[in-house]
Amino acid sequence: MKSLLPGAERAVVQFEHVGMRYGLGPEVLSDVSFRIAPRSFQFLTGPSGAGKTTLLRLILLSARPTRGTIAIFGEEVSGISSDKLTGLRRRMGVVFQDFRLLDHLTTYENVALPLRVQGRSEASYRGEVVELLRWVGLGERMHALPPLLSGGEKQRAAIARALIARPDLLLADEPTGNVDPALGRRLLRLFLELNKLGTSVIIATHDFGIMDAVDARRMVLDAGRLRVEE
Amino acid sequence: MSTADKTRTRPAGTAAADPALPATLRRNAPLVPTDTAAGRSLAAVIAILTFLAGLCAGAAEMVAANATQWQTSVAQEVTIQVRPGPGRSVDADVARAEAIAKGEPGVTQTRVFSKADSERLLEPWLGSGLDLSDLPVPRLIALRWSGDRADLGRLRAKLVEALPGVASLDDHALWLQRLSAAASAFVGVGVGMVVLVLIATGLAVTFATRGAMAGNREVVEVLHFVGAGDDFIAKAFQARFFGLGLRGGGIGAACALLAFALAGLITGATQSGPAGQEIEALFGSFQIGLRGYASIALIGVIASVVTGAVSRITVRRYLA
Repeated sequence: MKSLLPGAERAVVQFEHVGMRYGLGPEVLSDVSFRIAPRSFQFLTGPSGAGKTTLLRLILLSARPTRGTIAIFGEEVSGISSDKLTGLRRRMGVVFQDFRLLDHLTTYENVALPLRVQGRSEASYRGEVVELLRWVGLGERMHALPPLLSGGEKQRAAIARALIARPDLLLADEPTGNVDPALGRRLLRLFLELNKLGTSVIIATHDFGIMDAVDARRMVLDAGRLRVEE
Repeated sequence: MSTADKTRTRPAGTAAADPALPATLRRNAPLVPTDTAAGRSLAAVIAILTFLAGLCAGAAEMVAANATQWQTSVAQEVTIQVRPGPGRSVDADVARAEAIAKGEPGVTQTRVFSKADSERLLEPWLGSGLDLSDLPVPRLIALRWSGDRADLGRLRAKLVEALPGVASLDDHALWLQRLSAAASAFVGVGVGMVVLVLIATGLAVTFATRGAMAGNREVVEVLHFVGAGDDFIAKAFQARFFGLGLRGGGIGAACALLAFALAGLITGATQSGPAGQEIEALFGSFQIGLRGYASIALIGVIASVVTGAVSRITVRRYLA
């Protein structure tokens, strides 16, 4: 996939005139075009029902667009093979609004999951996982099962799981929704630090406090249409 | 991965081996939750099906072994029937037939049934206390035979020549043929039932796997998002179902083995009584032998393998 700007780096995510509808319903996203540059930081915002989650699902390749083209890490994704899809997903980290931790695995096992599915031995990642858990303040809770964690703890575990494999692209859906402002600012600093080290970050949020704290590009979705505020 | 990734470091510093860490923090928990009610039910279904398959296989093995035993003992015996005729002495005819039989190579033993013996053989049909002296009751000579059955033709020809219309030779060929056909049919039915039961196991596992996939949709989705390929997920489900299959197959096969061992012990203990003798006469000895036990154990293993393989194929199809 060629870049829109000659000589520019290959986009991490590129949407061209993407439209999306569920079944025969109205279009949730209409003619959406944008580009996420490597090492960039942006917020995705807009009222509830504007299509933020659908946009994230399209980037995560868990839904296919009804029209338009999507390229992830320079790879056009229509008709992509299952193996390539897995390869692309391994380069992404995602924090879901509802955390999606596996209730039958401990916090430690949940955070280690991206490394475990890569076939790595436990000894090779144990120190890394424990260190990250301590850093997000879950050092004492690593043996707890998710149903026993508070909302904020679950959120931190979900963030740690998204970060553990050092992704090239981080997607976070309302990552500060369940934490107090102080921890919210701390998590934001973590995302910024990660971004400085080369990860592209997209944070979907309603929280103007967070958005105002960082001078970053804002992608505003409204009724399925995208407006980018540089 | 880009070059930037390789040079990148963790925000909170490089992970160092922490000597304070326990040897393992992972509990080796399976990625797909196992101890659900559906899993236990499936293990029970597999156990019941394996038990039934084990019974079928054991019964078929028992019939096959006993039929061979019956055939061998029956094939070693032939009978000469001497009919009384007007103006003939039955005893003289019997003595002559016996002499002809004794002169034949391959005949190791002869036993003449006396008039009283013959009448006793009729008792179950005609009742006791009847005067059978007026009836032309045929007389029998039982021969124990060790030679080739093809030589029986010569003996038959000699008897017909010496005692035409009076003596006949019964080599039980028809009966043996029927017995052999019946035994083969029974073994065939047994094998067919084992195959049917294994197919039923496969179908039950297909339904259970699809149910488990639907029930664990979120787990599958999360595994996909964290970078697990379809093959990895299929392996996780296969491991879970192989475990259930092994448990179910093991319990079912063990119950079937136990049932045969117990039945063998019980029939062995009651063998001395008349009921035991009847049972033994009807079914032969209640032993399935080493081959029978091995085939039941094999069915348990096959049920587990079928469970693992079918679940993997089902998951691959479901995810495709």
